[in-house]
Amino acid sequence: MNNRKFRMFSIPYLVWMLVFTIIPLALIAFFAFTDRDTGAFTLDNIQYASKYLPVLVKSVWLAAVATVICLVISYPLAYIMSKMKLNHQRTMMMLIMLPMWMNFLLRTYAWMSILETNSGLLNKVITFFGFEPVNVMYTQGAVILGMVYNYIPYMILPLYTIMVKLDGRLIEAAQDLGCNTFNVFRKVIIPLSFPGITSGVTMTFVPAVSTFVISQMLGGPKNSLVGDLIESQFITAYNPNYGSAISLLLMVVVFICMGIFNQFDNEEMEETLK
Amino acid sequence: MKKFFSKFYVALVLLFMYIPIFVLIAFSFNESKGRNWTGFSFKWYGELFHDRTILGALGNTVIIAVIASLLATVLGTFAAIGIHNMKKSTRSIVKNINSLPLINPEIVTGISLMILFSFCRISRGFVTMILAHITFCVPTVVLSVLPKLRQINKNVYEAALDLGCTEWQAFFKVILPEIMPGVISGFLMSLTYSMDDFVISYFTSGPQSQTLPIVIHSITRKPMTPKLNALSTLIFLVVLLVLLASNIKSSHDEKKKKRKQKIDIV
Repeated sequence: MNNRKFRMFSIPYLVWMLVFTIIPLALIAFFAFTDRDTGAFTLDNIQYASKYLPVLVKSVWLAAVATVICLVISYPLAYIMSKMKLNHQRTMMMLIMLPMWMNFLLRTYAWMSILETNSGLLNKVITFFGFEPVNVMYTQGAVILGMVYNYIPYMILPLYTIMVKLDGRLIEAAQDLGCNTFNVFRKVIIPLSFPGITSGVTMTFVPAVSTFVISQMLGGPKNSLVGDLIESQFITAYNPNYGSAISLLLMVVVFICMGIFNQFDNEEMEETLK
Repeated sequence: MKKFFSKFYVALVLLFMYIPIFVLIAFSFNESKGRNWTGFSFKWYGELFHDRTILGALGNTVIIAVIASLLATVLGTFAAIGIHNMKKSTRSIVKNINSLPLINPEIVTGISLMILFSFCRISRGFVTMILAHITFCVPTVVLSVLPKLRQINKNVYEAALDLGCTEWQAFFKVILPEIMPGVISGFLMSLTYSMDDFVISYFTSGPQSQTLPIVIHSITRKPMTPKLNALSTLIFLVVLLVLLASNIKSSHDEKKKKRKQKIDIV
């Protein structure tokens, strides 16, 4: 069989991707720019969606905070893990993947029963020690906590994968050439682990910014995010034109955020290569 | 001192990850419905096994996952072979398209498929669910088979042809066995993605095709019930067993490999 015959193998797949990935995305764009009744070109939907800009900003902000917290917690953990004995590393991997494989609805549900204001476990413990009960449920803090808890394995794993491959000789060389611990970290370990940071940030930020379940369960109606807006346009209000316009906005924001981040990544790399 | 700190830190993160799960499990054995501990009981497990909706959803989840993963694996494996043999420029375009469903927010994939199905007037149910699940599983299969294709020695395939194999025989006897580990891991990953998926299923399912995550979501919107805690405990145990089994197998394989290397050296 020559190359051409082998190439034909991918035709069913290409058709599939066209029908179920590209055309649906094109339909979102189509619906976002057309009138619901007449089907004529219009910018009304986009205008309607831009009313919700503050919600979009809030979503990006909460997701960004959660991503940074995930990174700050995961980075040292991944580093410590990469220096462990091999069988300990394997156990740690398992312990981190175990919650990841449990459905995220259940993980979020677990926090609901802990954070509840009246009968939640957290307040029971707090009042037991004689303190005033706190109000965490249905706040932005609860949403951030939910995001961090749900997506932290997606930050730890890529960081760990890259750190295991890190060449120990480079660190030793830096030390021999007079770097102190802080500088070894700043000039060798962090730049070398940048690919891990990029993929970890992407895998945390994208699901966090578009979530509608975590905000629904832990944030309440006061803390609706852009995902909730889209969900309500498609499930309760059924207005696919408005929904598509908001989705389009979300996609643009995600691509801009990732673009900025990757730019930063490239500059950082060039900087260190100099 | 340094060692103590790093151990302490690891323990702290693990506590953060596991305390909510253990709280969840503990309350599945609570006699009463509330958050006060009134006594140990298995009664919620009994109720769970008599809940028709949950059992039905479990069945749907498994059926959809198996069908979607099988089809996605076939589609993805052939796709990977095709992509591997493309010209470099076309290959990079196709690879970019392949990663679209992976980088797009899940909710966007979900609603885009919902729009497609309503645009074509296909009512949502089993068929739309399977189509949607194949769509997000195929890219993963492609990504797990492609690296295996790169490792194949092309001469072996040509040798098979020279020794009288037909093209199809050579394909099934040389290429397929070589890429089989990638195919299997792609299939297993599809299976877990499909069973775990909520967001895309939420927008593409009908009332007759509710999977477990969708039922869990509707339960969380009602007053809390320890039945859900019981379900979580069982899911936790299943995941734990699967992970333990795969862990034991991989460490066993490694030992075997080491022993073989030793023999080779001797």
